[in-house]
Amino acid sequence: MARRARPLKAGAPVLSGALATFVLGAVLVLALNAEGFSLRPAEWAALLFTLKQAALSAFFATLLAIPTARALARRRFLGRAALIALMGAPFLLPVVVAVIGMLSIYGRQGIANQLLSLLHLPPFSIFGLHGVVLTNVFFDLPLATRILLNGWSAIPSERFRLAETLGLPPATLRSHIEYPMLREVLPGAFVVVFLLCLTSFVVSLTLGGGPKATTLELAIYQAIRFDFDLGRAALLALLQFGCCALAVLLAGRFTIASGMGAGRDRLSRIPAPAGWRQAGDAVLLATVTLFLILPLAAIVAGGLPAVTQLSANVWNSALRSLIIALLSTLLATSGGLTLALAVAAKARWAAAMEMSAMLPMAASGLVLGTGMFLVLRPYSTPESVALPATIMVNAVMALPFLYRALLPEARALEADYGRLCATLNLQGIARLRHITLPRLARPLGLGCGIAAALSAGDLGVIALFAGDTNATLPLMVRRLAGAYRMDEAAAASLVLVALSFGLFLLFDIGGRRAAP
Amino acid sequence: MLHLENLRLSFPDFTLTANWSVAPSGIVAVIGSSGAGKSTLLMTIAGFLSPTSGKVLWQGQDLGPLPPAERPVSILFQDQNLFPHLTVAQNLGLALTAGKRLDAAQTARVAKVIDRLGLTGMGGRRPADLSGGQQGRAALGRMLLQDRPIVLLDEPFAALGPALKTDLLQLVRELAAETGSLVLLVTHDPRDAQRFAERTVLVADGIALPPTPTADLFADPPAALRDYVG
Repeated sequence: MARRARPLKAGAPVLSGALATFVLGAVLVLALNAEGFSLRPAEWAALLFTLKQAALSAFFATLLAIPTARALARRRFLGRAALIALMGAPFLLPVVVAVIGMLSIYGRQGIANQLLSLLHLPPFSIFGLHGVVLTNVFFDLPLATRILLNGWSAIPSERFRLAETLGLPPATLRSHIEYPMLREVLPGAFVVVFLLCLTSFVVSLTLGGGPKATTLELAIYQAIRFDFDLGRAALLALLQFGCCALAVLLAGRFTIASGMGAGRDRLSRIPAPAGWRQAGDAVLLATVTLFLILPLAAIVAGGLPAVTQLSANVWNSALRSLIIALLSTLLATSGGLTLALAVAAKARWAAAMEMSAMLPMAASGLVLGTGMFLVLRPYSTPESVALPATIMVNAVMALPFLYRALLPEARALEADYGRLCATLNLQGIARLRHITLPRLARPLGLGCGIAAALSAGDLGVIALFAGDTNATLPLMVRRLAGAYRMDEAAAASLVLVALSFGLFLLFDIGGRRAAP
Repeated sequence: MLHLENLRLSFPDFTLTANWSVAPSGIVAVIGSSGAGKSTLLMTIAGFLSPTSGKVLWQGQDLGPLPPAERPVSILFQDQNLFPHLTVAQNLGLALTAGKRLDAAQTARVAKVIDRLGLTGMGGRRPADLSGGQQGRAALGRMLLQDRPIVLLDEPFAALGPALKTDLLQLVRELAAETGSLVLLVTHDPRDAQRFAERTVLVADGIALPPTPTADLFADPPAALRDYVG
């Protein structure tokens, strides 16, 4: 059969092979080191708790996202764009910071409990399952809302106009227009949130613990740091990989709308009923806004006074986090771009490359970290490889985001200008410089921003490897909070937030500026 | 001489064959209904499609192993002939250097081509700031600078109005005469063939027929051409 002449280049296949080897190699190492494959009660409990908290979090986040997204879709008000932008913030917020923010609102001394005691009600404890779920909802309600909001704004406005012309009552409108959209979008949103909650290590590290509220990742951490039971850690990591891999496979069956990006804001034509429904929407949006803003405000208010008194240790760890973020972003970006361009050009083995680019989603930072820990232990102390290991794992974990952000634009670029480039013999660095980078500046900026923010705020691998002298800023925050030096912890959190969001904005705005 | 030797392209739902040769200069029209395989033929000569069997030969050399950029071919596509983020001069510069820095002589050559095409003073503009006709002229500049003996025009002016299209084809005729290139001009308008091409290739029923003097072809049209013209 006649075929398209296909480019054959070594870079992308080699990279894709290395990536698959890294992830699957880690899993193989875990399997070889796991002690037996029979689960003890504690491991069963960790597995069940992991699934339970993820399922409950995903349930509540998507359930609450429905009315929230609907209210946002049908109401126009001052600050609406700002609220939608705010919904993008928790995804980039370092988890360790958010947890401290949640503690200052819902903790023993928090505002919520002070209000309860004013009302002579018994205090509420944020520790345990409900605290973990509440914090996960803080993270994922906004994400789910943005995914659903995209669903609403994707409904063609002609359908609503048609419904108006026909004079359909609201109930019919819902069942013919909005429910079908939700049936399509909700499962994807649920699976995405579920997947993210499977790897909520830092949340359970702070708010969970004990036999009743330990996730697999927390159990891995404890097995390595406290019991030094590596066989058990390997078994737990293998279980964790299995859970995530199943969730990723499940996610592959649904169309998953992206919750990131500029947040589409097309004027939708959904009828906006007045009366009690309008008041209800207003109360709902105000509550959600407060729920999102209060923990953030608490960090700013608590941290600002102490920022100038932070020790040199904290600033050094901030510098370390900055370097880690920049290097892992560089690695993740070059990797994601290489694979996206190769897949877009329908290069040989494109399907395998696509799989390898998505493979890290089935792993988690702690799973890869455990694998690296086992491999490197005979040759070096964990402290001495803590930073390279963190850079490496962060880069691998960010690669799928970069890849997914770049692929659609890379496909469009190839379809529009691939032949012209071939005619002009534009290839290699020249093509990258003159064509690819300018045309992809926007998604590159966004992808780099996400990668850098996530990497700067990540507390996973480093917790397994770090010694006393090479902590990153998130680990520093965690240690300060663990030592109940809450003012310093809040101040360091503020620096961390500034670092993460600063990097995100720098890259995102840089990409927009550079775009033609 | 361009020689298509027992050329055959098979697709799941479509086959195209060609077996003829054509002298190395002048304008040859390629006509046929949409979907007949006109673009497929050009993409094979340009090197974007590999034939199932048979060869494309130029002056006796088999072009099969050569990637598009190394073939003696320049091609203008239906659209996307200019990068929208680059100026006209930058776009034309790429045709000369494949992305490297232009030396003084090359810069002068680009400027000369811009003048030749009637785009004087527009070298600093981006394609979006040009009219459709000016964009067509800028695209022709690439053809001039690449300076290849075979020029493939895959209906690059189809989106323009008839008068503007005729204008540009007129310019193509002048340029082809100046450079002595062989131009294969895809069109679905029989009048373009009659007006600009000495010879015409009719693509129908999965076969690209040998080039025939255009006047003869239309004087005694085969059944496929009669069906097409109506």
